[in-house]
Amino acid sequence: MSGHHVSHHVAPKSLYYLIFALLMIGTAVTVIVAYFDLGAFNNVVMLTIACTKALLVVLYFMHVRWGTRLTWVVAASGFVWLLIMFGFTLSDYLTRGWVGGTLR
Amino acid sequence: MSDGYPQAPSVGLPGRVSIQAPGNPHDEQSSAHPHHPKLQHHFDDMGQQAEASTLGMWVFLVTEIMFFGGLFLAYLVYRTQNPMAFQEASAHLSWKLGAFNTAVLIFSSLTMALAVRSAQTSESRGTQVFWLVTTMILGATFLGVKVIEYSEKFAHNNVPGPNFVWDGQYPAGAEIFYSLYFCMTGLHALHMVIGLGIMTVIAIMAWRRQFNTEYFTPVEITGLYWHFVDIVWIFLFPLLYLIGRHYGGH
Amino acid sequence: MDTLNYINNGHGLASWLLTKDHKRIALLYLVSITFFFFLGGLFAFMIRLELLTPAGDVLTAENYNKMFTMHGVVMVFFFLIPSIPAVLGNFLIPIMIGAKDLAFPRLNLISWYIYVLGGIFTLVAALSGGVDTGWTFYTPYSTAAANSHVITAALGVFITGFSSILTGLNFIVTIHRMRAPGLTWFRLPLFVWAHYATSLVMILGTPVIAITVLLVAAERVLHMGIFDPALGGDPVLFQHLFWFYSHPAVYIMILPAMGVISEIVQAFARKNVFGYSFIAFSSLAIAIIGFLVWGHHIFVAGQSVYAGMLFSIISYIVAVPSAIKVFNWTATIYRGSISLDSPMLYAFGFLGLFTIGGLTGLFLAAMGLDIHMHDTYFVVAHFHYIMVGGAIMGYLGGLHYWWPKITGKLYSEPAAKLAAGLVFIGFNLTFFPQFLVGYLGMPRRYHMYPPEFQVFNVMSTLGATILSVGYLLPMFYFVHSIFRGKPSPADPWGAKGLEWEVPSPPPTENFAVTPIVTHGTHQYAPSKEVGVV
Repeated sequence: MSGHHVSHHVAPKSLYYLIFALLMIGTAVTVIVAYFDLGAFNNVVMLTIACTKALLVVLYFMHVRWGTRLTWVVAASGFVWLLIMFGFTLSDYLTRGWVGGTLR
Repeated sequence: MSDGYPQAPSVGLPGRVSIQAPGNPHDEQSSAHPHHPKLQHHFDDMGQQAEASTLGMWVFLVTEIMFFGGLFLAYLVYRTQNPMAFQEASAHLSWKLGAFNTAVLIFSSLTMALAVRSAQTSESRGTQVFWLVTTMILGATFLGVKVIEYSEKFAHNNVPGPNFVWDGQYPAGAEIFYSLYFCMTGLHALHMVIGLGIMTVIAIMAWRRQFNTEYFTPVEITGLYWHFVDIVWIFLFPLLYLIGRHYGGH
Repeated sequence: MDTLNYINNGHGLASWLLTKDHKRIALLYLVSITFFFFLGGLFAFMIRLELLTPAGDVLTAENYNKMFTMHGVVMVFFFLIPSIPAVLGNFLIPIMIGAKDLAFPRLNLISWYIYVLGGIFTLVAALSGGVDTGWTFYTPYSTAAANSHVITAALGVFITGFSSILTGLNFIVTIHRMRAPGLTWFRLPLFVWAHYATSLVMILGTPVIAITVLLVAAERVLHMGIFDPALGGDPVLFQHLFWFYSHPAVYIMILPAMGVISEIVQAFARKNVFGYSFIAFSSLAIAIIGFLVWGHHIFVAGQSVYAGMLFSIISYIVAVPSAIKVFNWTATIYRGSISLDSPMLYAFGFLGLFTIGGLTGLFLAAMGLDIHMHDTYFVVAHFHYIMVGGAIMGYLGGLHYWWPKITGKLYSEPAAKLAAGLVFIGFNLTFFPQFLVGYLGMPRRYHMYPPEFQVFNVMSTLGATILSVGYLLPMFYFVHSIFRGKPSPADPWGAKGLEWEVPSPPPTENFAVTPIVTHGTHQYAPSKEVGVV
């Protein structure tokens, strides 16, 4: 196969420092928000920040930002499959309380 | 390519699949690039080898996502079943140690990224080893803090099992929470220990001047692994340490 | 002197045990999975022997439980899952795509050692007294009550899972990165497509069973509350996690067999496959949709009926890509120039048996009917039609088809035809009565049964005896062919594909020079009739 050249993209150090700063800020915000009782919204904020942090790590520290399309697909597939597993399992747990939810 | 193997027969399928005589551009020996000492025999060139290795690591990380995913699913299900117990149990974890460890791990991700970059840009072996060793020290710090946290839980009999003691309102749910806490953080810590082992080897290789712009795949895939471990913690920290904060913790 | 090939290039035990050649590793797998196949068969024979009479006279209830558990564990994890991928896939994928080896040869060898290590754990569990939980290790019985070697067996499953993961990883990277110049995705043999789909299931599903088994171990050994309701846990969660892997695992077994059948049908009908891209994409569709149906195993376990409906509907949908394959193979055979060599006999067997197995699966996917059928012999018959009638037929067909390539020797064709006939007859006699007796209400996993079911069970045991002769026979003529068989030409069947263009047996690096592919690798018809559908 032709074109076997790794993307030798060298990110500037300043970009890494910026990502690091964003990750630290995200952590601080998570901790602060946790002190306020926002009901279910606590989880939304917490997971949004965590997903953003994870995305930053994947895109920049793990170089997916400059990766091939295949790398994007592989990286995404793990999370998609996780959501499939969560979603279908919860389709059981969250509907058990419905009318006639279980066979027993 | 070893001598002595018979030439593949020149195919009984004229015009369909042709096994061409030497001289095609993919034959290593006639390749324009000189044969790199790190090139394994079954790859055509260094690019193909590097792409295969990084792809392999990414596929492996997908399996790791699913591996931890089973635990996250258990967390999800049991937390929906015992929301109050999880908050109560979570409030007994020290968020300060958790936050400190989060910072340590994020910092180690930065130094790991710089380690990969230093190999990628053929910096001196001193620089490469410096970043790798810094990453390892940070990883060891994380594990040290984890030991302090674990021993505190053992001291208070908050470890699930026959001797589990809980003086809160929801002992059953709290026990499930701590089962998951120990499984999740324990498995995460195990991954870090493995990472430290791999990095020791990588640091030695770096010291022997094995990595440069031409060949830095081992550092790169070690980096991928380490960042993955960091990502797991990015989720573990809020889910384990912070859900009971407003409920009243220490 | 013989020409140098992968078999005679290096002698002595070390040259085999330390080899990184995918072809030699395939043979290591062949030997080890054959061992486990006959071990699992031995357990099966003990089951059939006990069920010959209604009374529990041969085995105690406990020992009977251990027999069916060990039969399931050994056959599922140590034979069916590695069978076609680790032996035929390992041997053929690099050759079919014009590569010298898999992308990670050392990892390939390591995965064999991991498999062996897992096998040793399972053997230790079997020899030290066995396991009685059923191959499903359901909690809380497995964590709180079972008084047998659960941990040893579970660790065996855990360890061998990594072998499967590494094989899948290796295949995916190899198929993406090692294809010969010009060998585009739609020129790939369907065998390779099937293995690509299988590998997806291996890497996405296997880690989940690994963590599940670890949690079972944690609960059993450390008494941490996870699944045991007495400790606040939920046993249905275990079943979700377990079947999230174990249902797709069925596709790990059947997809490679489908790949084999696609190759055989073309070679012995002398025709290009009908609807190449439909078969290729149906493999991927099965791999993906197969992940969304696991809840049909737990319709009556306390799962919400709403989730049950969802899983039931998707279970029907997953039958569609399987049906596409069956129709396309049939269309391939239609008006072909058919030769009934032994691989083709297995392929015909596969077509009929897999169809029965698949259609009875639809019975079980219907929630209402499943309440009646659940845990009866109907289920047992259904999945044996898939796993034995499908996967093992495919494995044996493939082994017969590529044996001359693997060993460079021709086996006795009349003996092979006889074996194929015995397997087909023996199989149907064993398992068809189980549909009937299951429908009449005989539950699985009991060592006694009411006398009115005896006639079916006698037929089953008789069939199993014939089946075991059918399975033993290839051992003799295959081994005989190694020593006395006539040398095979490069392409004994007149089949197409890169693997038939290298000598039999192939040289160590497969190709002296990397082939350049200009057309699809399987072209039986003039090229104007071919191409991507």
